[in-house]
Amino acid sequence: MSKHHISATINGDPAEFLCDTQQTLLDVLRDELNLTGSKEGCGSGDCGACSVMVNDRLVCSCLVLGVEAQGATINTIEGVAEGDQLHTIQKHFLSEAALQCGICTPGFIVATKALLEKNPNPTETEARYWLAGNLCRCTGYDKIIKAVMNAAAEMRGA
Amino acid sequence: MGNEEKQNKVLGEGKGKYRVIGTRPVRPDGVDKVTGKANFGADLNVADMIHGRVVRSPHAHAKIKSINVKKALALPGVKAVITAADFPELGPGDIAAGEVTVSFHDMSLTVIARKKALYDGHAIAAVAATTPEIAARAAELIEVEYQVLKPVMTWKQAMDPTAPLLHEGQITKGVKPAPEKPSNVAARSEFALGDLAAGFAEAEVIVEHEFSTETVHQGYIEPHACVASMSADGMATVWASSQGQFMVRAYVAKLCGMDISKIKVIPAEIGGGFGGKTVVYLEPLAVALAKKSGRPVKMVMTRDEVFRATGPTSGGHGRCKIGAKKDGTITAADLEMEYEAGAFPGSPVMLGCMTGTTPYDIKNMRAVGYDVVVNRPKAAAYRAPGAPVAAFIVESTMDMLADKLGMCPLELRLKNAAKEGTKAPYGPKFLAIGYEDTLLAAKASKHWNTPLGPNQGRGIASGFWFNIGGNSSASVALNEDGTVIVVEGNPDIGGSRASMAMMTAEVLGIDVSRVKPLVADTESVPYSDLTGGSRVTFATGKAVVEAAQDVVKQLRQRAAKIWEVDIDQVEWKDGMAVAIETDKYKPLSIADIARMAGKTGGPISGKANINAAGAGPGFGTHICDVEVDPETGYVKVLRYTAIQDVGTAIHPSYVEGQLQGGAAQGIGWALNEEYVYSKEGNLLNTGFLDYRVPVASDLPMIDAILVECPNPGHPYGVRGVGEVPIVPPLAAVANAVSHAIGKRVDSLPISPPKLLAKIQSKG
Ligand code: FES
Ligand code: FES
Repeated sequence: MSKHHISATINGDPAEFLCDTQQTLLDVLRDELNLTGSKEGCGSGDCGACSVMVNDRLVCSCLVLGVEAQGATINTIEGVAEGDQLHTIQKHFLSEAALQCGICTPGFIVATKALLEKNPNPTETEARYWLAGNLCRCTGYDKIIKAVMNAAAEMRGA
Repeated sequence: MGNEEKQNKVLGEGKGKYRVIGTRPVRPDGVDKVTGKANFGADLNVADMIHGRVVRSPHAHAKIKSINVKKALALPGVKAVITAADFPELGPGDIAAGEVTVSFHDMSLTVIARKKALYDGHAIAAVAATTPEIAARAAELIEVEYQVLKPVMTWKQAMDPTAPLLHEGQITKGVKPAPEKPSNVAARSEFALGDLAAGFAEAEVIVEHEFSTETVHQGYIEPHACVASMSADGMATVWASSQGQFMVRAYVAKLCGMDISKIKVIPAEIGGGFGGKTVVYLEPLAVALAKKSGRPVKMVMTRDEVFRATGPTSGGHGRCKIGAKKDGTITAADLEMEYEAGAFPGSPVMLGCMTGTTPYDIKNMRAVGYDVVVNRPKAAAYRAPGAPVAAFIVESTMDMLADKLGMCPLELRLKNAAKEGTKAPYGPKFLAIGYEDTLLAAKASKHWNTPLGPNQGRGIASGFWFNIGGNSSASVALNEDGTVIVVEGNPDIGGSRASMAMMTAEVLGIDVSRVKPLVADTESVPYSDLTGGSRVTFATGKAVVEAAQDVVKQLRQRAAKIWEVDIDQVEWKDGMAVAIETDKYKPLSIADIARMAGKTGGPISGKANINAAGAGPGFGTHICDVEVDPETGYVKVLRYTAIQDVGTAIHPSYVEGQLQGGAAQGIGWALNEEYVYSKEGNLLNTGFLDYRVPVASDLPMIDAILVECPNPGHPYGVRGVGEVPIVPPLAAVANAVSHAIGKRVDSLPISPPKLLAKIQSKG
């Protein structure tokens, strides 16, 4: 069976790839485009480690097919920092020690960015529910939530 | 929300004593991890690589009658198929490895089944093909003929004398005289102090109760993954995410029948392990497939495979009886437990026996444990293996005792707390420990003094873990500009590189930003035991400190040479060589000496290879507040505080993180997590949707209070901290729920339907 030729915009740049019908967007990002910052923790939409933005919507890329990316604008963890300038959210994850092993971190940062774009002033409860789709087994979420709240405060002030 | 004012506290010594230790710098590997650049196990692709896939047993208990691989091999794109026949058959023969004894015989049969499939998901064969899709199709074409046997799923079924045997001829160890009949009980262990009968005779109040827990999984977010390649001369390279590159090397060598020198293991970043990555599953298969196919082979587990086939920890059951005087002085404690080991012997029940009552000074005690094999995956280490279940049983019974005595459960613990000089059930007398201080900190905490509302309850529980030392190697190399590289052999699972850099900077008296830590491959650093047992910051840290001290000595020597004085005339102060009792010489900075190294004798580096003794035991106390919905049985955790004697906190944020993460895992264990099997022995909840680990909205902020009672066995007073935090939460949560509903909750997980039934029951 022949592969599909897909064109999309990824992290602001035009991108083209070939993919099989059954390949997920996560497979394509990781295996075809070498964007391994998005992680696969479950492959079933339960852990959020594969979180990316497709047309400004937060999705689990393991639940999207590669072929669905045709014409889409996709943003991944690799596009969050601007050059060597870390995003405010990334800085707060570092200063609050909001990661231990770090496998969940790309997903959390992408999801946090989506949250703060939608709701720049979330309550702790709102942040916890928004991030409920992202599993972290290491931190108990405490420092992640602190990083999110502090990043939100700084971004509002900026 | 007020999390800004909720400052986590550090109590005790250590503060202000050091220039780097106790500060909170950004971790050296942090930027790569927040930008997606860090390479974890599944992130590596190499040229010409093909993809491996495991064929797994659909049966919990079955004889393997035949395996036909012909059709799979005929599929275009398939490059190799392997079965147990491709591996050496290993005899029994145990070696000690960290906290658990490893049987290579059993390990080889866990990696790939030979005659019998012993659990749903047991590896039977593996294939490698040019794409993951072809490998998956080929796996389906492998024909395995099974003779299905009756599964034995629980300790209770397994201990029934009429139960089918998992291992013919297994005679229970640790029983004298040895039983004549084989059984599913692999071993009995016992620890005792004093005279139990006399202790109970002295008691004025006695409580006794039975408890049970289910199998739970470590639940690391990164599935097991590796790439293996083998050259024609038999040299293998393995890239793997694991808790020990040397562990992977040793196990692959043994299981594949290779010399250690022929295997190089390159550690990837590890996406969580919690003990579950202290063993190998895929690596030997990938090496065998690489050997057979002549191509590098990548293997990555699915989440389903992780749950079905990798190390959960034992479900357990036990009875506890405690006797005390009316004033709360405990006179005797008796503990008996059965743990489900999974398919091969080696549940952590012995460690449960050694830890359960250890927070208390009890003169007369006994703890007996049974290691029972069942048709579930072989238990692997999970954070303080064995201790959480034992603590659940003992700490719940302590709570019942406090109720019966009409005494505050915190005061009961204070009255009986182990201190310096207390003899532990497993033998030694404690040196300086900070258990009492954790209780006093709990008593003084805001949490303990916050009033509760209706349907709410508060629980308190304590826990103990040994912490270990062991073999560690480290080197510290001075760069030409005075910056420093510290090399270690332990995968960094939760920020330990930051601690290594900080301890190096402390010894050298330089800024931590000038130290770069590196976790090296098996050929770039000498042997180190794996990352586990809360040993890395202690033992590898000790090696790092010694290596850095070695560098300081050389720096002083070089300065002495430059000044033409005796080395005794040179001291190292704040990153400078300073001449003692004279201002004749201008102090030399580390950068000055580095620049002149060539002229004064060549490059400068220090090393240490040690077997670290003196690990300091750890104690913690947790407080949990819950609210129970009497209509649904749903439990909401309202407040949670974790207090621990952490020795000296090198990087307090990462120490707090250990307390918070362990507490969260323990809350999941207490409330939601369990393996659910069908009657036939198939695991029904093989994904995170049904195996419910806590998510952000399930939890409150978790206050971490660090009590610092420095460990006399470490130059900076470090104690292991990673494991203690999962010991108290099971009981802390269960005690809180019990108080909220006014009935004793004795079975985990406290899932809503179970709790609702309890609330509605008469008992
Ligand atoms: S990998 Fe996509 S949600 Fe887990
Ligand atoms: S930091 Fe390890 S899973 Fe979140």
